[in-house]
Amino acid sequence: MPKSSSPKPVENLDYEAAFSELETIVDSLENEQRSLEESMALFERGQALVKRCAELLDKAELKVKQLSGSELTDMAEE
Amino acid sequence: MKELLTFHPQLSILLPEMQPSLFASIQWTVSTLTKYIRNLFESDVSLQDVWVEGEISNLSRPASGHIYFTLKDAGASLRSVMWKTSAARLNLSLQDGMAVTVHGKVDVYEVGGQYQLYADQIQPMGEGALYQEFLRLKALLESDGLFDISRKRPIPDLPKRIGIVTSDTGAAIKDMINTLQRRMPMAEVIFAPSPVQGEDAPPKLVEAIASLNDRDLHLDVILLARGGGSIEDLWAFNDERVVRAVAGSRVPIICGVGHETDFTLSDFAADLRAPTPTAAAELATPITVPGLIQNLQSLGQQLSNSLITFLDEQRGAISDLQDGLRFFSPVRRIQSDRQHLDDLARRTNAGGAHRLALEMSRLDGLGKHLEALNPLQVLDRGYAVVTLLKDGGIVRKVKQARDDIRVRVSDGEFDARVLKRGE
Repeated sequence: MPKSSSPKPVENLDYEAAFSELETIVDSLENEQRSLEESMALFERGQALVKRCAELLDKAELKVKQLSGSELTDMAEE
Repeated sequence: MKELLTFHPQLSILLPEMQPSLFASIQWTVSTLTKYIRNLFESDVSLQDVWVEGEISNLSRPASGHIYFTLKDAGASLRSVMWKTSAARLNLSLQDGMAVTVHGKVDVYEVGGQYQLYADQIQPMGEGALYQEFLRLKALLESDGLFDISRKRPIPDLPKRIGIVTSDTGAAIKDMINTLQRRMPMAEVIFAPSPVQGEDAPPKLVEAIASLNDRDLHLDVILLARGGGSIEDLWAFNDERVVRAVAGSRVPIICGVGHETDFTLSDFAADLRAPTPTAAAELATPITVPGLIQNLQSLGQQLSNSLITFLDEQRGAISDLQDGLRFFSPVRRIQSDRQHLDDLARRTNAGGAHRLALEMSRLDGLGKHLEALNPLQVLDRGYAVVTLLKDGGIVRKVKQARDDIRVRVSDGEFDARVLKRGE
């Protein structure tokens, strides 16, 4: 498996990307033999990803916009 | 009492003058009375050409081809019959309970003593007409392939952007937004309001669907919805223009119109049908944030566990290595070798003397053998080694002997000159 280019900063990842990378890391830690250094690095990245996902889930607020003609306006929702 | 009889031309009988007070005294037969009654019906022009509204019941279609039924409403019943010649022209499928409008004449069936509606046309009444139109359109659009299952596309299970087409008044939009907020607040909603009934509903619905199909909006799914109502209220969603717009939408559409049992042609054309607007919002969000939170917790746990396992394995490996080290360490080697040496020494000393004697005699023998092979030993027996003085080359043959030579005997050497060579 070719090594991907240096990983994107965790803060820029959307939920699907962060969660998917987290799954890959857990799978790798469980099934592949890696050096202590590599494993620790992966674990740390994994923790950062967990934090990012939790944040996205926690802070989520449905955004609602209304389309009239070609105008998109925010809808005030009570 | 005066008894006046007049000849009734149609009935060809003599009848008393129509005076109520005289009836009681007339002696009828069943036939004469029935004939009289029949005459009453037939002489009433308005009963010859009637349209009657009612509900079909007791429908019977015997092998003769005639259709018998009772047309009724809340207050009365009217026995009816349609002869097979008219029945053959009927393009309506009759059912008990159907609301219809029937054309025919009312007359008396003498033998049965019944007045009846003799029907020559039957039409669906009011709402029934809409239903017929629904069936006609359904057949037409189905044959155009708009409802084919192969046209239906999968709905993304984690949509980022959800479009909604519905009225901006009414409960539907609020219910849908609440449902989406509860299930998938990470999504974004783009709402394109439109009237959902009335004359201008179909073109506005078409426009709303088209506007949400704008590629720049990047919608993952569109929810087309309307709360419950009668077939007339929902009619816009059976409008051919709307149905074609639903079928032609580039973005997948979930249609949730009316109640559980309401089906509109837009439902058939959509990629997915929902029984209600709220259900449409639910179907659009099979993955929910509460569900994701659970997944994340579980995965986070796996992450921790994998590290714990890894560290345990490392500790185990280190422990094994330590054991290995101890086994192969130089200290241990030295200790081991020392013991080996002691062991050897002990064994050596035991057989030492004997061995030595044996070795010595062997050596002796070898030494004598070696001596015998020493080339210089032959000199003792009188042989000499002759070499040329000029270059030291050994003289083996007579012809090599010339000039000055050096002669080596057992105890030294001397130089000589060759005088004469023998052959």
